[in-house]
Amino acid sequence: MKFFLFHLMPYADLDLSAPDKYNSSWVTLPNSYYDPKKGHLLYNRYLDELELGDELGFDGVCVNEHHANAYGMMPQPGVLAGALARRTKNVKIALLGRALPLVNNPITIAEEFAILDNITGGRFIAGFVRGIGAEYFSWNANPAFSHERFMEAHDLIIQAWTRTGPFAFEGKHFNFDYVNLWPRPYQDPHPPIWIPSQGSTETIEWASHPDRRYTYLQTFSPLSALQKYMKQYKDSAESYGWEAGPANLGWATPIYVGETDEIAYREAKPHIENFYQKFLKMPLEMLLPPGYLSLKSMQGVMAAKQQVAVGARDIDAVMASGMFLCGSPKTIRDQLKRHQQEIGFGQVLSMLQFGTLPADLTRKNIELYAREVIAPLRAEEQAARAAAE
Amino acid sequence: MAGPTAGFEVVEGVRTHVLRGGDGPPLLFLHGANGGRWLPFMDKLAERFEVIAPEHPGFGRSDTPDWLDSVRDLGHFYQAFMEKLGLSDVTLVGTSLGGWIAAETTLRNAARLRALVLVAAGGVRVKGVRKGDLFLWSQEELTRNLVHDPALAERMLSAPVTEEDRNIGLKNRLMTARLAWSPRLYDPELEKWLHRIATPTLVLWGREDKLIPCAYAERFREMIPHARVRVFDSCGHLPHVEKTDEYVSEIIAFSEGARP
Repeated sequence: MKFFLFHLMPYADLDLSAPDKYNSSWVTLPNSYYDPKKGHLLYNRYLDELELGDELGFDGVCVNEHHANAYGMMPQPGVLAGALARRTKNVKIALLGRALPLVNNPITIAEEFAILDNITGGRFIAGFVRGIGAEYFSWNANPAFSHERFMEAHDLIIQAWTRTGPFAFEGKHFNFDYVNLWPRPYQDPHPPIWIPSQGSTETIEWASHPDRRYTYLQTFSPLSALQKYMKQYKDSAESYGWEAGPANLGWATPIYVGETDEIAYREAKPHIENFYQKFLKMPLEMLLPPGYLSLKSMQGVMAAKQQVAVGARDIDAVMASGMFLCGSPKTIRDQLKRHQQEIGFGQVLSMLQFGTLPADLTRKNIELYAREVIAPLRAEEQAARAAAE
Repeated sequence: MAGPTAGFEVVEGVRTHVLRGGDGPPLLFLHGANGGRWLPFMDKLAERFEVIAPEHPGFGRSDTPDWLDSVRDLGHFYQAFMEKLGLSDVTLVGTSLGGWIAAETTLRNAARLRALVLVAAGGVRVKGVRKGDLFLWSQEELTRNLVHDPALAERMLSAPVTEEDRNIGLKNRLMTARLAWSPRLYDPELEKWLHRIATPTLVLWGREDKLIPCAYAERFREMIPHARVRVFDSCGHLPHVEKTDEYVSEIIAFSEGARP
């Protein structure tokens, strides 16, 4: 298993009555709730936390993109990745990811990623997403064109990275007479590509295609969904005639390690509940604007009247479904091992700060996780490999 | 009357669902975002006209063609539609999104038209006068915001919804987003050329419209100076539902007056 330290950089100082008052922490939550002096401290604290991940031997650190919200303060994640590129020395930097359909010129993303890949000497991992539904309100991007713009922007970026310029790109949404990327990416042919998703058959079939073999990441989902979609990826790869391994499959989930199960539970409870109940709060119309899902998927969602809107999720519920791992180092080690053996993912994107989790508990969580979870699991894997040889 | 007959016409490769009822000169009704069901006001119009009420491509029971990206496409489509059905002397009535389509259609070629009726029409923008966000409103908020009379909203909300209704609702919503998400409910190109409309034009609006506020009726009056503008008091975005009798008489009288 590879261990990544994943951060959302939430506005942890949020007045927690605000999401209820505005029925959302996104789009319509007034930015008067954001205090730049507190923001200054938070950005620097969060960057310190990711840099600590480098010192403690994580395999990588992750940033991502969300707009106009208190849930994650990285609307321009390249800025944060740029800061990390110089201050970290060993970790991979995964930008998971840029929301391709939102931009009118995807070459900006090809450029940004190529620069990061050059500065880090190839420590960069590129993530492509469609953004969540709320983003389509904030950026006035048409969700009904989300899928086709994603595909076309992706093709343009890959060509910009791999074809000798200048060349012309003739698409429906994007047209350029002179694509000629300076700088070209450091890694050959281009940085690894990871695709975070909440689970979609179309995305899995696309990502697992032999032309791509992109690493698929299941984010913030119950274990049952993780199991289902990881299997779907492996089956899809098999039907294409190749075998997907652990490196192709990742799981992003919040984790809290305490000295004991009881301490972990007590310390994490208010903060994980704030994460799921306050920071993720938004109405269904904002989460799933028309076109964000295919018509068939949307009809399925509405017919099943699934609980898609994130409502009252307490710590017991999210621990029971596997949307939060919480406990002593041994508990977490056992859970990760068991899930890994059953499900077969190889990339663990551990979100060790969530919601309002303060600096001292976050640091303790990162240190305990590195020392008591990652190190022993790595030692075990190494021993098993040695024994096998 | 006996109620409408339903059928399909293939126009520009699109299997298009069409409801027809009544006798008389043709009245082509272009529905709004909510879809193209046969409603009581159509029975009243059908006493004087042959009412032809298609479901737009991408809506209801009609096919969704690959070429459909914008309201401009539908402007061309309805030219082809009138040609295919051999319509002339048409009273073209469009409500909301349908009003926008009707304006696009008229600008392309008005030769088959007797009169144009724009009801709470989309397609233009008045800076500083924000439209309601029909995509962010919940279904309940949308219903309450569409009509002025709360009792009517209650009746609409308590009406049973079948699975087919729900699926068609999602299909209509998806196509509405495709056509009108950005720029939201208008096209700057349309606004530039609306003044070219020479067809006799009637503009109808509800004074209490929360989706496309009544200030937009004035904008249409500015851009089409020969238009007759009638605003209904105590009425929201759906005058055909909330002020059926006045709405029907306005259209009949206006169309009579425009007879060649």
